[in-house]
Amino acid sequence: MSTEIKPGMRESASFDRNVINEIQRAAETGIYHIRGWGAKRHLPHFDDLVFLGASMSRYPLEGYRERCATDVHLGTRFAKKSIHLKIPITIAGMSFGALSAQAKEALGRGASETGTSTTSGDGGMTVEERHHSKTLVYQYLPSRYGMNPDDLRKADAIEIVLGQGAKPGGGGMLLGRKISDRVAAMRTLPKGIDQRSACRHPDWTGPDDLTIKIEELREITDWQKPIYVKVGASRTYYDTALAVKAGADVIVVDGMQGGTGATQDVFIEHVGIPTLPALRQAVEALQELGMHRKVQLIISGGIRSGADVAKALAMGADAVSIGTAALIALGCNSPKWQQEYEKLGTAAGFYDDYQDGKDPAGITTQDEELAARLDPVEGGRKLANYLRVLAMETQTIARACGKSHVLNLEPEDLVALTIEAAAMAKIPLAGTSWIPGVNGGL
Amino acid sequence: MNNNLKTVDLSKTSVRKLNQTLHNLSAQTKHTHWRILEPRGAHAIACGLNLPVTVEIAGHAGYYCAGMNQLATVIIDGNTGVGVAENMMSGFVHVKGNASQSAGATGHGGLLVIDGDASARCGISMKGVDIVVKGSVGHMSAFMAQAGNLVVCGDAGDALGDSIYEARIFVRGKVKDLGSDCTEKEMRAEHLELLEKLFERAKIKLKPGEFRRYGSARQLYNFHVDHAAKY
Repeated sequence: MSTEIKPGMRESASFDRNVINEIQRAAETGIYHIRGWGAKRHLPHFDDLVFLGASMSRYPLEGYRERCATDVHLGTRFAKKSIHLKIPITIAGMSFGALSAQAKEALGRGASETGTSTTSGDGGMTVEERHHSKTLVYQYLPSRYGMNPDDLRKADAIEIVLGQGAKPGGGGMLLGRKISDRVAAMRTLPKGIDQRSACRHPDWTGPDDLTIKIEELREITDWQKPIYVKVGASRTYYDTALAVKAGADVIVVDGMQGGTGATQDVFIEHVGIPTLPALRQAVEALQELGMHRKVQLIISGGIRSGADVAKALAMGADAVSIGTAALIALGCNSPKWQQEYEKLGTAAGFYDDYQDGKDPAGITTQDEELAARLDPVEGGRKLANYLRVLAMETQTIARACGKSHVLNLEPEDLVALTIEAAAMAKIPLAGTSWIPGVNGGL
Repeated sequence: MNNNLKTVDLSKTSVRKLNQTLHNLSAQTKHTHWRILEPRGAHAIACGLNLPVTVEIAGHAGYYCAGMNQLATVIIDGNTGVGVAENMMSGFVHVKGNASQSAGATGHGGLLVIDGDASARCGISMKGVDIVVKGSVGHMSAFMAQAGNLVVCGDAGDALGDSIYEARIFVRGKVKDLGSDCTEKEMRAEHLELLEKLFERAKIKLKPGEFRRYGSARQLYNFHVDHAAKY
């Protein structure tokens, strides 16, 4: 029920209705607020950058006529079998457990149809996921739930996960209400208990150990598979440099807008840094080491449109990864389920209670009846459509900037609309040559 | 003379070449017994094996020796570095010396026997492996251990079994301290029998009745605010 705000009624900026609601909720329950999704607060983001496009000194390419390639090679540093994707947009790691088997299958179908990769998640690799994913990245997480060498060998790449943008340093959790018999068996834990995913790896700490861990994984897989290292955006410059030093083929950086299946709200909103500065720091580290484009960089966290993809590539990423946007493409938060969202005390566009397992769209649930609502074939088709739109939008911008390959986009094509974005991305403020923290005044 | 025995000298051959050779073996191989000389603490020796061959390592091994082992028997005639037999699935790994941190971490199956001591976090997040340590184990052993059996013939350090799930811990000596949600439990006939069989597999002669059993109190399985102080 919306409240009519009349003259004289002034809402506190510090204690607005959301803050009041949270304080009273905490007082009632004695437990912090756990939810899914990523950071919801306003953050400096790709929206704060724009492309300059062609001009007198830059020649555009003809839309739909002149070629603008989108393919990307990942894992070219050490692996015998690098990965070749048709589009530079990958599907991020999301676990079976957090997501239904139908959702995982749909992600695999959509990604395969468009020539890109999917990624497993905490809890191991499912048969459906492997079967429907032409290119599958297998995550190696601290919990090691479901980890086994057979699946490791079946994977096309291995992603060692140190953290994710929604909760750098935080590990993970899958609440008992989502632990079905199958999820419990895959994770070797009793049904119905709150499953904690460790925040640290059990058998290595620090970059020197990571070097040896990567060596072990390469030995087990006979140096066939690219090894990715994924970090939540925090000390991104150093994390990137150390991951390169440890021998990673690909670095994955997830900004704080990146989603989660279940984490404390205080963690999501207050730990980590936005995608924009994280990307710039990672690129700087790679460039300073002379490894830019040799060790590939995947950026994630709040990628929604081809404009976001193009801006990420222009800043120096080799590819992007999407999670939340992919779920939305499958039908998450669709108005189709408005009545059911209302029964859960929320509305389409606001639903983030992925931890509860009651998702009306059948995506973030293990309830068989709800999960059956998602047709994996139709979901896969929708995701494929969405991925194609992202790719075409990226091409549209790249052509307008005169690029025959989307990876030819460069920082020089961009300007910033805000001082914050200019400082974080090290892109000049529009209409000036000013980059705060880099050169002088206006 | 054992015609099936092959010898590899790691002062002359790389670990990469050794592991590739072992991975390339077919199920019908005649070369079922391997002896590795001069390991010199190299990392990732004999990891990722997936056939019932025997690999004897004559000396000390570095990190992740016999990592993710399946079916094979790996015997280390020396000490091992971090993560020996990590995530092992099956087979038998025998360390004749001491083992560093995280021995048998996340192991799903098989048997790991350590004749000496094991350092911190032995059996961390174990998922079904059986681990027998003839000496003592360091702090945080069996942390978040999910399934399997950790048998300690000596003493256990601080915070044994912290946040343990369904794994069982048996200790013959002193336990310095139990971790959160780990408690001493009754030794029933089934546990004595289980130890008897484990001792037989590990080739040790001890009386199961001399051991005490520890496991999860299952108080922290579902988060509750009243337990917040225990985390």
